[in-house]
Amino acid sequence: MTTEIAGAVYADSRAAPETAFVSFRRRLLRNKLSFVAICAIVLLVVIAVLAPLIAPFDPNEPDANAVLQRPSWAHVLGTDDYGRDELSRIIIASRVDLLVPFVSTLLALLIGSLIGSLSGFRGGWVDQIVMRIVDAVMAFPAFVLAMGLTAAIGSSITNLILVIAVTQVPVYLRQLRAEMLREREMEYARAAQTIGNPTWRIVFIHLFPNCFPPLIVQATLAMGFALLTFAALSYIGLGIQPPNSEWGEMISEGASLMVTGQWWLSLFPGIAILVTVLIFNLVGDGLRDLLDPRMRSQ
Amino acid sequence: MSLLFFIVRRLALLVPTLVGVSVIGFLLTYLLPGNPALVKAGPMATPQYVAEMKHRMGLDQPLYVQYARYVTGLVHGDLGESSSTGRPVLTDFIQRLPATLELTVASLLLAVLLGVPMGVLSAVHRDTIIDHFGRVFSVAGVAMPSFWTGLILIYVFFYLLGIAPAPLGRLGPAISPPVPITGLYTVDSLISGNWHAFESSLAHLALPSLTLAISVMAPLARMVRAGMLEILETDYIKAAWAFGLPRRRVIYGDALRNLVVPVVTALGVVFGFLMAGNAVVESVFGWPGIGNYAVKALTLKDSGPIQSFVLFVALMCILVNLLVDLVYSVVDPRIRIG
Repeated sequence: MTTEIAGAVYADSRAAPETAFVSFRRRLLRNKLSFVAICAIVLLVVIAVLAPLIAPFDPNEPDANAVLQRPSWAHVLGTDDYGRDELSRIIIASRVDLLVPFVSTLLALLIGSLIGSLSGFRGGWVDQIVMRIVDAVMAFPAFVLAMGLTAAIGSSITNLILVIAVTQVPVYLRQLRAEMLREREMEYARAAQTIGNPTWRIVFIHLFPNCFPPLIVQATLAMGFALLTFAALSYIGLGIQPPNSEWGEMISEGASLMVTGQWWLSLFPGIAILVTVLIFNLVGDGLRDLLDPRMRSQ
Repeated sequence: MSLLFFIVRRLALLVPTLVGVSVIGFLLTYLLPGNPALVKAGPMATPQYVAEMKHRMGLDQPLYVQYARYVTGLVHGDLGESSSTGRPVLTDFIQRLPATLELTVASLLLAVLLGVPMGVLSAVHRDTIIDHFGRVFSVAGVAMPSFWTGLILIYVFFYLLGIAPAPLGRLGPAISPPVPITGLYTVDSLISGNWHAFESSLAHLALPSLTLAISVMAPLARMVRAGMLEILETDYIKAAWAFGLPRRRVIYGDALRNLVVPVVTALGVVFGFLMAGNAVVESVFGWPGIGNYAVKALTLKDSGPIQSFVLFVALMCILVNLLVDLVYSVVDPRIRIG
């Protein structure tokens, strides 16, 4: 009640700093949004797990009698030029489209934090070499490097996961290194060192938990980016190969039909990507608000 | 620290990065499928001939010798050969570079013209409907795959409305390219007064550049907004308010002038996205640039263009970041101390 009155008093003076009420309302709104986004992630995962049960048709079964049909009650999102049901293909594709970004992000997070924390804690020439390698990798835009690497080692799912992970490692590595540099100068770190803890224990048991929260935010945001990279690789023919479905690959299959008016083939998989990336980003923003109060104002 | 010393130090820092990038580039050529000796010898060659070719091309040498040859070649502009066009990659590159340059510059211009005002307005009218709209746009903008945006634009403006030309290259089928001066069709046709070609090239440029611009506008607007908010919080702006200076003068005079640094930073970051987006967007619109060239090479298992494109993009990004830092040090002398 009191906060509400305070809010009303300040509401009309624009120059006033953000009041507790306005800030609270804004955070509530954002958290409500992130809460919805978290529910949406759970829903996506459930859909992916139960995909074969939910899909109304066999996603790879051609049907000569139902070629290139517009969305209708029988085929809610229409059919493609082989008569395959679009909705079923999108549902089945959710498996690989969640798996690849998730596993590659997790892998990048693991490798990045392992090397980053040791490099940051140790410092010296090892750190210098690691950072120069990171600089070199970061000189390449992530997608372009992923494109070159996938072309080089081939596009199996394992390779795609590895490649997307490699392009992401530098981000976590840098961030964790910076956190470590700050954290190791703290008194508790000095204390842990003085009583003779081994290095691995100081780094991973004492310091690491304090460096971790910002990393989680970064990882959630990166998941969306990983999906975009993965879909783009499939679009240019480097990712998932037909007849297996993947959202980027589906857009690519529908691309040439866009100029003849069959809009549904590319539109719906694109919306699937858009919504999924949006959800990851909203959850990431929500986590940032919760875990890192310093970033709140942005 | 003097400006000269800053520049020299910045250039020296470039050396390890360039070495790293060339190592990665070399590893790519080493790993990419398509044995270059086999390609050069032709499909009918005997194993002996292939072995001889391998020896002549130095592919039987130890790795570090091969790396040294690779770097020497790069410095002399040797990017290898393209097995699909049968020409040196450099020749193909030079031919296609103007198209990529035209697209990149046009989309960068468009992104700046739309994204910077959006970020500024969002910051000035913070938490109003303008800001909310801006935020919704930037959240959605980063979530859209650029190839998909391009296809939707094609559907709406080419198929439905019929106001855009078919997404097949830089000019209409019956129009011959303008006299080459800069290689940018829009500029060349304007200089030579070729209105027909100008109209056609501008129409063909519109959708691909809009597609790329949309993909980078969102992060640009977001960074500009954050930068502007920070400026509005500074003491000198508060002092300007306290003096009772008119709103327009404070925001569009004093604050905007200091926005140069955040905008330049944002442009450096966004340029990388733009180069990455190029490959995909060029192939959506059949734009005959180097990105499309590399993507086409992927399906043909032609390794030369792929690795050259990857390397070229990295070098461009390094160059742009260097420029950004140099602009900084001129605009904001405080940075030289750091």
